[in-house]
Amino acid sequence: MDRETNRVREQVLRMSGVNVLKCMRCGKCSGTCPSYEEMDYHPHEFVYMVEKGEIDKLMASESVYKCLTCFACVERCPRGVEPAKLIEAVRLEMVRKQGQNRLKPDRIPALLDEELPQQAIVTAMRKYTK
Amino acid sequence: MQRIGVFVCHCGTNIAGTVDVKAVAEALKSEPGVVFSTEYQYMCSEAGQNIIKNAIREHQLTGVVICSCSPRMHEATFRKTASAAGLNPYMVEIANIREQVSWIHKDMKAGTEKAIILGRAAIAKVSLNAPLIPGESPVVKRALVIGGGIAGIQTALDIADAGFEVDIVEKEPTIGGKMTQLDKTFPTLDCAACILTPKMVDCAQNEKIRIYSYSEVSEVKGFVGNFTVTIKKKARYVDELKCTGCGECTEKCPQKKVPNAFNLGLDNRRAIYIPFAQAVPKVATIDADYCNMLKNGKCGVCAKVCGAGAIDYKQKDSFIEERYGAIVVATGFNPIKLDAYEEYGYKQSKDVITSLELERLMNAAGPNGGTLLRPSDKTHPHTIVFVQCVGSRCDDGKGKSYCSKICCMYTAKHAMLIREKYPDTEVYVFYIDVRTPGKNFDEFYRRAVEEYGVHYIKGMVGKVAPQPDGKLLVQGSDLLADEQLRVEADLVVLAAAIEPDKTARSLGTMLTASMDTNDFFTEAHPKLRPVESPTAGIFLSGVCQGPKDIPETVSQAGAAASKVIGLLAKDKLTCNPCVAHSDEMLCNGCSACEKVCPYGAITYSDKEFRGPNRTTLIRRVASVNDAVCQGCGACTVACPSGAMDLKGFSNSQIMAEVDAICK
Amino acid sequence: MQVNNTEFKPKIVAFCCNWCSYAGADLAGTNRLQYPADVKIIRVPCSCRVNPIFILRAFQRGADGVILCGCHPGDCHYTTGNYYARRRMTLLFSMLDYLGIEKERTRVEWVSAAEGAKFAATMNEFVQTVTKLGRNRKLEDLRCRK
Repeated sequence: MDRETNRVREQVLRMSGVNVLKCMRCGKCSGTCPSYEEMDYHPHEFVYMVEKGEIDKLMASESVYKCLTCFACVERCPRGVEPAKLIEAVRLEMVRKQGQNRLKPDRIPALLDEELPQQAIVTAMRKYTK
Repeated sequence: MQRIGVFVCHCGTNIAGTVDVKAVAEALKSEPGVVFSTEYQYMCSEAGQNIIKNAIREHQLTGVVICSCSPRMHEATFRKTASAAGLNPYMVEIANIREQVSWIHKDMKAGTEKAIILGRAAIAKVSLNAPLIPGESPVVKRALVIGGGIAGIQTALDIADAGFEVDIVEKEPTIGGKMTQLDKTFPTLDCAACILTPKMVDCAQNEKIRIYSYSEVSEVKGFVGNFTVTIKKKARYVDELKCTGCGECTEKCPQKKVPNAFNLGLDNRRAIYIPFAQAVPKVATIDADYCNMLKNGKCGVCAKVCGAGAIDYKQKDSFIEERYGAIVVATGFNPIKLDAYEEYGYKQSKDVITSLELERLMNAAGPNGGTLLRPSDKTHPHTIVFVQCVGSRCDDGKGKSYCSKICCMYTAKHAMLIREKYPDTEVYVFYIDVRTPGKNFDEFYRRAVEEYGVHYIKGMVGKVAPQPDGKLLVQGSDLLADEQLRVEADLVVLAAAIEPDKTARSLGTMLTASMDTNDFFTEAHPKLRPVESPTAGIFLSGVCQGPKDIPETVSQAGAAASKVIGLLAKDKLTCNPCVAHSDEMLCNGCSACEKVCPYGAITYSDKEFRGPNRTTLIRRVASVNDAVCQGCGACTVACPSGAMDLKGFSNSQIMAEVDAICK
Repeated sequence: MQVNNTEFKPKIVAFCCNWCSYAGADLAGTNRLQYPADVKIIRVPCSCRVNPIFILRAFQRGADGVILCGCHPGDCHYTTGNYYARRRMTLLFSMLDYLGIEKERTRVEWVSAAEGAKFAATMNEFVQTVTKLGRNRKLEDLRCRK
C-alpha cells in the first residue's frame, strides 16, 4: 500500500469510525441490501476492499452512488461493522477530491419522478449535499 | 531467637561457576540468628540431604535456608528433608540463586553479591516463619448433581458405579434434558431416545442414585467435603409414591389447551401431564397455571379417575436439607429467544422455526408423528432453507459473541435426514463457515453435500419475507458466485444460538462458583483443570461450562465424575496451611475481606469478647475457613485494620524480605 | 553526596506471583537470558498479595524502583487476584506520582510462565529507565541508610 492510498484509507476509517477487521465475511449486509443488483461492488466487498486499501477502485465505481443509505446493512450486521457508514465516508472523500458535489442541488427537481420513494429523496439529500 | 542453618548448593558448576559459594556461605554465617552455614556440591542429592538432616539434629536448628535452585523445583524435596529430621516443613525457605543469579549473570562479583542479598532475604523471612500444620476436614461421602440431562445422568451413573451415593436435582418433572427432545444424533444418526432412555432407567433403578425431579436447589452452605444443600421440591399436586404413571388422568383432564412445552408449543397437552412416554420418574404433574381445580376450585376430574388416589390439590412446596461432599453443576442450555431478529420473521410466520422445533416436527413421537409438515397448513414442504449462526458469533448486542459449536453439525444432520426421507425436497443451507472439527464430523458434512445433494451457500440470509401465498421469500447473497439469491421457501429453519440455562447465574452465586460474561461456568484452568470450578468441591459437567455436543458432554461428565470419586474416596482432606488468618482482636467487622474473596472462604459471626470490668462485648468478626481458602492473599490487602494476614507469606515476612533486599 | 551516574546501581524490588511471573523468571534463568543483577525478586502467592505498604516500605528503605509482575488479566490462578492488583497499583502509583516518585519508577507487568524472554526484556528495560532517573531521594528515609 503506498503512502497516499494508506492516507486515504486511514481517512475513510477515521471519518466512518468503522473497524473493518471486525467483519467475519458473512455477507449478511449484501443479503439484505435493496440495491444489490444495481451495484458492481456489493456491501461485503466494500468492507474487504477498504481493508485491503483498494479505495481507488471503489471511488471509480458507481456503487458509491447506488447505495440508498437505507442503513439496513448497519442494522443487520452481526458484528456491528456498519458498511453504509464506510460508503458514506468514501463518498465524502470523493466529493472532497473533486472539489464539488456530484450533483448540484438545483438539478434535483428535474430528476424527480412520482415513483421515487420518499426514502430515496431523503437519502439523496444526505448523499448529494455533502 | 531462631537457630538458623544455611546451606549453599553448588549445583555442580551451575551455581558455583558464577557465584563464589564459599563466600556466600561465609557471609551469611554472620547474619542474625544463623548458627550454622555450609556449602555442598548437590544439596538435593541424598548426601546433601543428609548434611541438612544432621545439621538440624546437631545444632537444634529451628529454621533452614537453602540457597539453591528455584523453590518451584525443590521446595517440596527440602521440606520433606526437614520433616524427616523432625523440623516443621514450613520452617524451610529457599533463596533462588540458580535461576535468578548464576544462570543470568556472568559477572562473578555481582552474582556473589546478589546471592548474598537473596540469602539474607530468605534468612530474614525464615526468622519470622512459624511452624504450620496442615488442617484436615472430613468428607461427606455423597455427591449432588444439579441438572438431570445427559451430562448429569452420566456423571451420576459414573459416581454411583464407584459405590458412592448420588442425588440428582432436576427442575423439570422428568430427567433427560434436551436430549430427550432430539430425533437423531450426529454423526451416526442413531435415535436419541434409543440411547438415552436406557440410561434414564438405569438412574431410576440404581439404588445409589436418588432423583429429585421437579425440584430446585434453593440454598448452599458449607465448603468442599462438607456442603449443606437445601432442595426445594416444587408442588406437583401428585403424590410421587402413589402415582403409577398409568396416564388415565392425562387422558381425562378436560383442560386440553395447554401449550406442550416438551414439543415447544407446537401442539397442546392437558393441564395434568407426563412430559413423554419414557419419562423418569413416570409420575404425572399438574400445571398450576392451567388447572381449573387449582385456579378456581372447579373440576377435580383427575382425582376422580385416579385409581391410586395420588392426586393431592393441597400439596405445598417442601424443603429438604441434605449434606454432600461434592457438587456437580450440569445445568445445561437453552436456545436463545429470537425476538430481536425481526429480519428472519420468526414471530410473523409459523413456518419459520428453530432447529429444536424441527427436531420435534421430525420425531416419531412429535406433534405430526414423524411426518415433516409445515406448522401453518400441515402441507409437505418442498423447499427448505436453513440459516446458520442465528445469534451466534454476534457482536451486535442482540446475540451471543461465541460460536455455539453444535449448529453446523445438526444442520448437516437435518439436511441429510430430510433429503433421505423426502428426496423431492430442495434443501439450502446458508452458512458463514462450516465448522466440523470432531471425529467423523467433516466426513458427515461432506456426505450431506456429495451424496445427499444439499445446497450449501456461503453467505448469510439478509431477510425472510412471508408472501401472501404462504411462501417465504428468502433473500441472501451467494458470496462465492457474487450474486443475490431469492429462494421461495416453504419452511425456514433457524440455527439459534445456545445459551446457559437461566438458572445458572443464581446457582453460580449460591455456589460462589465463578462465571464468565456469558454465564458459562469458568473452569479452574482452561486447559489443565477443565471440569473443576475454581471453587473447591464444585465440578462442571456439560454445556454449563461452554457449548458442546453429546460425545463431548458425556466425556466431560465422566471426567467430572472421576474427579468427584477422587474427592469422595478420601476420608479427610488435607488443607494447604498457607491460608489467610484473621486476628479477632484487630478485626473491626467491616466485611472488606469477605467481598474480595473469590472463594467465599470468609464468614462473619458475632462473638463474645471480654470487655473491661468483667463485662462482655459482642463483636462481629471475620473468620476464615481453612478448607476453602486457597491462600491468594487478596483479603490481606483489603483489610483496613491489618487483622487479616496470610500464613507463610505474612506482612512482616514480606516486609523483612523488602528490608533485607534494600539494605 | 555526589552520585556518579555511570557507577550508579539502582536497587530494584520485583514482586512476582508464584504461578505465572515467578515461573516466567525461572524460565528466563533456564534460557540463560541476561538481565541486571540489580533486580531482586520476592515471591508472593498472587499479585493481589502485594500490599501497597510493601512498596512504600521498599521506597522508604531506599529502593529506586519497584515492579509488580502477575499473571495476564483473565489468567490469574486465583481467578480475580490480578484485577485487584491492577486497581490497587493504579491508585498507589498515581499517589506516588503526586508525591514526586516518578511514574517510571513503578510498574505493573503481566508475565506468564511461558514468557521468560518478556521477563528478561522487561527487567532490562526497567533497570535502564530507573538508572536514567537516578537515585530515589523523595521517599527514602535517610535514617534507614547504612
